Amino acid sequence: MAQTLLRTPLHDRHVALGARMVPFAGWEMPVQYAGVIPEHKAVRADAGVFDVSHMGEFEVEGPRATELLQATLSNDLEKIQPGEAQYTLLTNDRGGIIDDLIAYRLDEFRYLLIVNAANREVDFAWLKEREIPGSDVRDVSDAYGLLAVQGPRALERLGLPEARQFTFAEGELDGIECMVNRTGYTGEAGCELLVMAEDARALWDSVLERGAVPCGLGARDTLRLEASLPLHGNDITQDTDAISAGLGWCCDLDKEFSGAQELRELRARGPERKLISFVMEEKAIPRQGMPVEGGGEVTSGTHSPMLDRGIGMGYVPVASTAPDSVLAIDVRGKSRRARVVKRPIYKREE
Amino acid sequence: MAASESYPDDLKYHKEHDWARIEGDEAVLGITWFAQDALGELVHYEPPNEGDTISRDAAYGEVESVKAVSDVVAPLSGEVLEVNAKVVDEPETVNEDPYGDGWLIRIRMGDPAEVDALLDVAAYKQVVAES
Repeated sequence: MAQTLLRTPLHDRHVALGARMVPFAGWEMPVQYAGVIPEHKAVRADAGVFDVSHMGEFEVEGPRATELLQATLSNDLEKIQPGEAQYTLLTNDRGGIIDDLIAYRLDEFRYLLIVNAANREVDFAWLKEREIPGSDVRDVSDAYGLLAVQGPRALERLGLPEARQFTFAEGELDGIECMVNRTGYTGEAGCELLVMAEDARALWDSVLERGAVPCGLGARDTLRLEASLPLHGNDITQDTDAISAGLGWCCDLDKEFSGAQELRELRARGPERKLISFVMEEKAIPRQGMPVEGGGEVTSGTHSPMLDRGIGMGYVPVASTAPDSVLAIDVRGKSRRARVVKRPIYKREE
Repeated sequence: MAASESYPDDLKYHKEHDWARIEGDEAVLGITWFAQDALGELVHYEPPNEGDTISRDAAYGEVESVKAVSDVVAPLSGEVLEVNAKVVDEPETVNEDPYGDGWLIRIRMGDPAEVDALLDVAAYKQVVAES
């Protein structure tokens, strides 16, 4: 029997815009409106808006909220003040990555975590099991809608001033209250607007009215891959670790958290494989799961609209991780040449 | 610009959403409007080599959009005479003109009797309606 897909508060807006709706992580989501490539280019050139209301939101509150999160998340929350946010990992006992997320410090004793839709239940169960007296974890996802407005003109179109990345503030757009987060997943300037679910449609309408182009999950994937941003489930998983993934920068190995000891040992002995970004030198599009000759695997691959060639990320032996290393990727039985590049794969020239 | 939906009545069709234009003992092959619309903007065409032999109902090439790769199924058997180089360089040509500039290969038919097994436009439209 077909499983019922969840719908965001903007479902009727997507349908009215003629979006192609697809199942994603249990949700019915727009994969594209006008087309992946024009949407992608709109975000690189001007501004695009994504409905990311499927993402999960947890509130973690209490005098010992920090203690709970310090013991479960990889990054050091003492580095951020109220009004600041932090990219961090939820790790398992082996140092594997349960999820990657952003922690927003609302005040001394209260945090908002924005997690991947596909991991919402696993993350919540993991945190709930580890709750300590004086800490309370609540899944508040259903109360909110979330819009990502991204692109070099995104802030200008929203009438918002520039602000430091990974900060946030209460704000409003055309009279609609929202939390304005200086975060994103495209490699561009912009923000993410967290809004009460009942106000999500009005906010979406305002953002479109201000000229942002509606963009689907297709462009979200090509944009994040050009920016070399990992996707949980592809590039990072419960069976991969932060050190091999190049995410050691968001792990404070001087504190104790799930899997910290395993990560310290791995860092000391050095990983066997590392996550790299690459571009194809030959006409071919790499895809998730394709073998890299000599031992390795593509974890994400697509066509880059900006470079007009195949790009991807994957794990390869450490000997092949330096920029300009040549890789041979098995594209359905044909060996195709690729070259390791520095992250990000694409960055707009200012 | 993407083409609007159409299925010319001078073509023969295969249920895997391929078309054939019969020209004497040769045929020009491509994918239908329905196929390119389902895939979205094409960004890669992996053609066969000229001189290759292709077999009816078997894949002879691949087309890829940003999100997906799809085999292209041969509606007819034969020898590949020509690959459309324009589509290799600009795969989006298939989206813009699936029955014209977006053709994929030209073949010399191995068994012209196979044409009789292909669908006419009315039968193919029925396949599309049921897809």
